[in-house]
Amino acid sequence: MSVQFNEKQLTEFNRLVARYPEGKQKSALLPVLHLAQESFGGWLSAESMDYVAELLRIEPIEVYEVATFYSMYNLQPVGKYLFEVCQTGPCMLRGSDDIIAYIGEKLNIKPGQTTEDGMFTLKTVECLGACGYAPMMQLGKHYREHLTKEKVDAIIEECRNNAAVNN
Amino acid sequence: MAVKLLLENAHVEGIRYYEAYRRTGGYRSVEKALKMTPEAIVEEVKKSGLRGRGGAGFPAGMKWSFIAKPEGVPRHLVCNADESEPGTFKDRYLMEFLPHLLIEGLIVSSFALGSNATYIYIRGEYAWIPDILEHAIDEAKANGWLGKNILGTGFDCEIYVQRGAGAYICGEETALIESLEGKRGNPRIKPPFPAVKGVWDRPTVVNNVETLAAVVPIINMGGDEYAKIGVGRSTGTKLISACGNINKPGVYEIDMTISVEEFIYSDEYCGGIPNGKKLKACIPGGSSVPILPANLLLKTAKGETRYMNYESLSDGGFATGSMMGSGGFIVLDEDQCVVRNTLTLARFYRHESCGQCSPCREGTGWMEKILKNIEYGKGKMSDIDLLWDIQRKIEGNTICPLGDAAAWPVAAAIRHFRDEFEWHVLNPEESQRRNYGLAHYADAREIVAA
Ligand SMILES: Cc1cc2nc3c(=O)[nH]c(=O)nc-3n(C[C@H](O)[C@H](O)[C@H](O)COP(=O)(O)O)c2cc1C
Ligand code: SF4
Ligand code: FES
Repeated sequence: MSVQFNEKQLTEFNRLVARYPEGKQKSALLPVLHLAQESFGGWLSAESMDYVAELLRIEPIEVYEVATFYSMYNLQPVGKYLFEVCQTGPCMLRGSDDIIAYIGEKLNIKPGQTTEDGMFTLKTVECLGACGYAPMMQLGKHYREHLTKEKVDAIIEECRNNAAVNN
Repeated sequence: MAVKLLLENAHVEGIRYYEAYRRTGGYRSVEKALKMTPEAIVEEVKKSGLRGRGGAGFPAGMKWSFIAKPEGVPRHLVCNADESEPGTFKDRYLMEFLPHLLIEGLIVSSFALGSNATYIYIRGEYAWIPDILEHAIDEAKANGWLGKNILGTGFDCEIYVQRGAGAYICGEETALIESLEGKRGNPRIKPPFPAVKGVWDRPTVVNNVETLAAVVPIINMGGDEYAKIGVGRSTGTKLISACGNINKPGVYEIDMTISVEEFIYSDEYCGGIPNGKKLKACIPGGSSVPILPANLLLKTAKGETRYMNYESLSDGGFATGSMMGSGGFIVLDEDQCVVRNTLTLARFYRHESCGQCSPCREGTGWMEKILKNIEYGKGKMSDIDLLWDIQRKIEGNTICPLGDAAAWPVAAAIRHFRDEFEWHVLNPEESQRRNYGLAHYADAREIVAA
């Protein structure tokens, strides 16, 4: 994948940078890294980070130190569908341990791993602010809440169908 | 009937959009406030007694009055929408369903503080909410409430939404400012305080979403009227996000005069505990505040009814009380294991420590490790004292309060549930059992029998 924003992405980049005072373009780093991750395959390669540094006119190290600090930036490739399941107290009280185990069994992977076909990654995460709708996970931009085994089955099915349609 | 100031119109159809919001009286506070002086607005907020809803409960009006006003230096208001304290999901509710209420509060507050560029810093995982907020901002702008020369007063204001990227520590206001500047979320040493040197070294006020939304009813009804709601120094209404083992998890607006018992058992709120189970314990104000066993939750050590307000929840100090905190109300039923729950929280704080101070960085790691041993049947009796010792050495010895926030849950769990830790050590083969019953908790048994 070539590491270069297309025109639409560049427009978004310019919109993000314009929110900050003159000379403070570095402030746009977090949002720009989100944009880069979305645009370049769901993770941040060294190449993508260098490209962001160049665009924002900052040193590459300033980008690396930020990218490694925040948990939402993936520094390794991830599956096409990333299941981020919350495991913190309030979710645990409502059975998140069982849901994590079930997804692992069903996809035959452990948390932190990706299925061999590159389709799914399972990741455990800490409280996502959906404690009242537990157990839950983040999938892409949205949350899937009140998870049950049946719901997990349906979500996996839905992802497989989407992948088939998009291919 | 409970007073509702923030969520009164939450169920009006289309309230997420301008037309319905305006029709139900939205943006009146802007019309009123922009005819006042900024000082007079600060005065109203002071009179209201409004306390910061982000967790610390610091009086909002007083905070506003501290902002430095050096000649020619821009000032900024920053809305803290990082909401990452386990158990807390109230700001999300406000932003998702009543975005215009927050925008309205931000316009009035920006005017009071002299902020021409106001930022909402929202946790990155709430990835769909910036679209909702930006839509509301566009609508407000199209209708003349934002932008240049608002209502012909000469006041200019823009509101921008910035996403974080997964870091609880960025809820701490100086870490948030670092993050807003495009850096790692390492908290700053205070002083200087943000009110003097905040974002880009400019005077900055950081307030929670709910705090800023509450400015709307305060301006509409006047600070004195607002202060009449509630009790003592717990004025106005508070959003509580209730979760864990209850029948009706969700976000509730309370006027801080109701008892904890009513909040848990009334159908208007949590609706009791599912499957006829008994109440074992509760963390009433987000994961950082002390857990209380049922007996001390419903009644204070003096035997008085405990109420859902700042003073009553902290009655008894840390020995027998807790805190209002962020309003994240986490209920544990009789089957739950306090050790396991504490372990998940210790893991959370280890994961979220920014690593700047050794007591926090190392201490959170050790607490998780030891708790894990105890929970998985590999603990020793001396581990319990070691845990106690570690948490005590973190508390008060760090740059920011995350260290304390990590120490308190562990301290309270040992203080009130020591017998449960010991039981784990004595019964290693059963230590991961899920359903305990109340057998080990003399205190809980007492209250349930009563
Ligand atoms: C570790 C840590 C996390 C915090 N997280 C949040 C948060 O997510 N949201 C919030 O409003 N305040 C949070 N705070 C409190 C803020 O530092 C600050 O006090 C608050 O935003 C001030 O707003 P308020 O006075 O309106 O509550 C946190 C504090 C600490 C120490
Ligand atoms: S207490 Fe913890 S989170 Fe806060 S500055 Fe120190 S290391 Fe970082
Ligand atoms: S604990 Fe899982 S969303 Fe809060």
